[in-house]
Amino acid sequence: MSDFAKLVGAEGPVTVVGGRTRWHVGGEVRPDAREVHAPSGVVSYDPAEMTVTVRAGTTTTELTTTLNEASQRCALPERGGTVGGSVVIGENHPEVLGRGWLTSSVLQVTYISAEGKLIRGGGPTVKNVSGFDLPRLVVGSLGTLGLVEEVILRTNPIPPRSQWVESHDADPFAVASRVLRPSAVLWNGASTRVLLEGHAPDVAASLNSLTAIGAWSEVDGSFELPQHRWSLQPAELNGCSGTFVASIGVGTVWRDEPQPRPALSPSVIEISTRMKNNFDPTGRLNPGRSAF
Amino acid sequence: MTTADDALLADLKRVLGDRVRADSAERALLRRDASVFDGGSAGPTCLCESTEEVQRVVRIALAHGRSVVPRGAGTGLAGGAIPLGAPVIISLSRMNRILEVDTDSRIAWVEPGVVNLDLTKHLTPLGYHFAPDPSSQQVCTIGGNVGNNSGGPHCLAYGVTNAHILAIEVVLADGEIVTLGGLDAEPSGYDLRGVFIGGEGMLGITTKVAVRITPNPPSVRTLLLSFDTPRDAAATVSAVIAAGIVPAAMEVMDQRITIAVENYVNVGYPRDAGAVLLAEVDGLPDGVDIDAQRISDIGRQHGATDVRQAASDEERMLLWKGRKTAFGAVAQIAPNYYLHDTVVPRSKLADTLEEVYRIADEHDLAVVNVFHAGDGNLHPLLLFNGQEPGIYDRVHAAGAKIVEASLAAGGVLSGEHGIGVEKQPYMHQMFSEDDLDHQERLRHAFDPACRSNPGKVIPVGHSCADIQSLRNVPEEVWG
Repeated sequence: MSDFAKLVGAEGPVTVVGGRTRWHVGGEVRPDAREVHAPSGVVSYDPAEMTVTVRAGTTTTELTTTLNEASQRCALPERGGTVGGSVVIGENHPEVLGRGWLTSSVLQVTYISAEGKLIRGGGPTVKNVSGFDLPRLVVGSLGTLGLVEEVILRTNPIPPRSQWVESHDADPFAVASRVLRPSAVLWNGASTRVLLEGHAPDVAASLNSLTAIGAWSEVDGSFELPQHRWSLQPAELNGCSGTFVASIGVGTVWRDEPQPRPALSPSVIEISTRMKNNFDPTGRLNPGRSAF
Repeated sequence: MTTADDALLADLKRVLGDRVRADSAERALLRRDASVFDGGSAGPTCLCESTEEVQRVVRIALAHGRSVVPRGAGTGLAGGAIPLGAPVIISLSRMNRILEVDTDSRIAWVEPGVVNLDLTKHLTPLGYHFAPDPSSQQVCTIGGNVGNNSGGPHCLAYGVTNAHILAIEVVLADGEIVTLGGLDAEPSGYDLRGVFIGGEGMLGITTKVAVRITPNPPSVRTLLLSFDTPRDAAATVSAVIAAGIVPAAMEVMDQRITIAVENYVNVGYPRDAGAVLLAEVDGLPDGVDIDAQRISDIGRQHGATDVRQAASDEERMLLWKGRKTAFGAVAQIAPNYYLHDTVVPRSKLADTLEEVYRIADEHDLAVVNVFHAGDGNLHPLLLFNGQEPGIYDRVHAAGAKIVEASLAAGGVLSGEHGIGVEKQPYMHQMFSEDDLDHQERLRHAFDPACRSNPGKVIPVGHSCADIQSLRNVPEEVWG
């Protein structure tokens, strides 16, 4: 049994604390829940396998530093907090088009169950369909089904060149027809910033292609993103107004105010309720918080 | 024919008329899929044409105490579609319409019976394709791809099916219709969509799918590298990834299969090479030229005796034709084959491959290897004559050793074919009792009574509800 399993135990309400950067997502944890911390540290990393095994309590900053030293990166957002926290929040990187979706990048999860047992799902290789997909269940689960101890993530090489460019007159919705694989297309209502990545000549060619729809200048980075993420369909983004940054082609919109929680269908709620009850029959894991 | 089945048939026919099939020829056909596994027993087959029909059939089966098994093209290689316990078979092959293509949002809504390659052909004039491209893509269906989280050569760069599905309409085992996932960026709640994919039809029946469509790259370079040994080819694959290149595909074929393919379709593969590596990069013209040159250099550093770049689209298609017809080509060597599917870390490819050859020798079986090297996804084909007495015991014994060797190398049971009935007995080698218990809990959240495709994936004896579901069949029916 792992030390973390002993710490979590099998009885009494318990909550796992990461960096507290997304503490309020999914509701307030009941005050009587005992606080525990997941172990930290990069366990193993082989860039040639494009996988990293990392403990949940590791800060995303530490992980990013380790990967960058080997000219790699992963799908986790680099906005502070811990690896485990980011995985259970399920938030994608603002450059998701270039980084890949978080849910696809979690290859294996090891977590402590409500009964205090160590459970492993998924596998260590980049490709795997061995049994029911526990990693997909854990991503975005807010720690309500099991407390993550360790994950194996897929990594990817950092492209030779990355360049943000900005335009004040281009139609953000026309970018996709000009650039094959932009890593991000962000729009704040007044201007558009595009992240071009790849070999230097490809980046130059893409920028050249973009000039057909507006005037562009190189900028240092992305927009400052408001705190709250809204999840919309890509087709709904042209209706955005007020203070916002929208990820064109993706549907994420960052705003100062949180998105009202969309209503899930009764059937989805029924499956989700059974899932929660099957994994945490006494409701001891992060009580008060709900993923649905 | 028994009274119990007369009543079931009568109820099904009230909904589907002559689209219920129950004659003995049909039942014999549907007892199997493309795997080597036998032992299934089919109940009536229902050729459904709409979600509502699937729902009604599921409810009728439920009322008669029978389980249901969804079926697409039946190309599965792990026995996932084999009917156990005379279930009602729900054929989705007639639900084969492409409902909507939205190039602005890069989404298409399709029915589960749409053939994988038909979708890509439909999208080609629009400048798009569906990225997962299993070798069976000329016949396998999108519903089957969802059920098995299918891969294919190009999922090295593009990802497996899970990365290309946004939403799924499902008929649950109790007949409820539910949509999992959504078209928005990060749908709220548990990722039930992600969980459902690869569920092998045991979490419900797919009736509609929203797939992500991928723009066709303007430039593609395909290289054929020849090596003296599979070890050199495998080392090249690792070195390419280590150099920070993620090609669209990296496929390796050993000498025996290369010669068989050459005899079969004559695409210009070298007959004297110990192994060939088919590598493809795609994207913008300058970048693909840079990467193609680097792959070529890395190959030569690792012993490539020849590097050929396809000079035209026709030549490129020809090189791929060889790879995609490899499984057909083995028929010249032996009448039967058993295709395995395990994954190992890339760095263990060469060692595991040598182990595979050794195991085949030990069991006096011929083996050829054609596989997704970039993902570490091995596909050894054990070749045999099914008429030879006792041959299947030897084939299965060799298969078990291959699985064992792959797990010992730090690998997994299946990369893209799934568990079905084939890998069930090995689940304990990869997972603990507690791990399997949690997989079972996941399954029960979708299907508490184990009515959808029972008896697969989770080892027999582990799941009481499954056994119950299989035993409920009246003994006299559908033998």
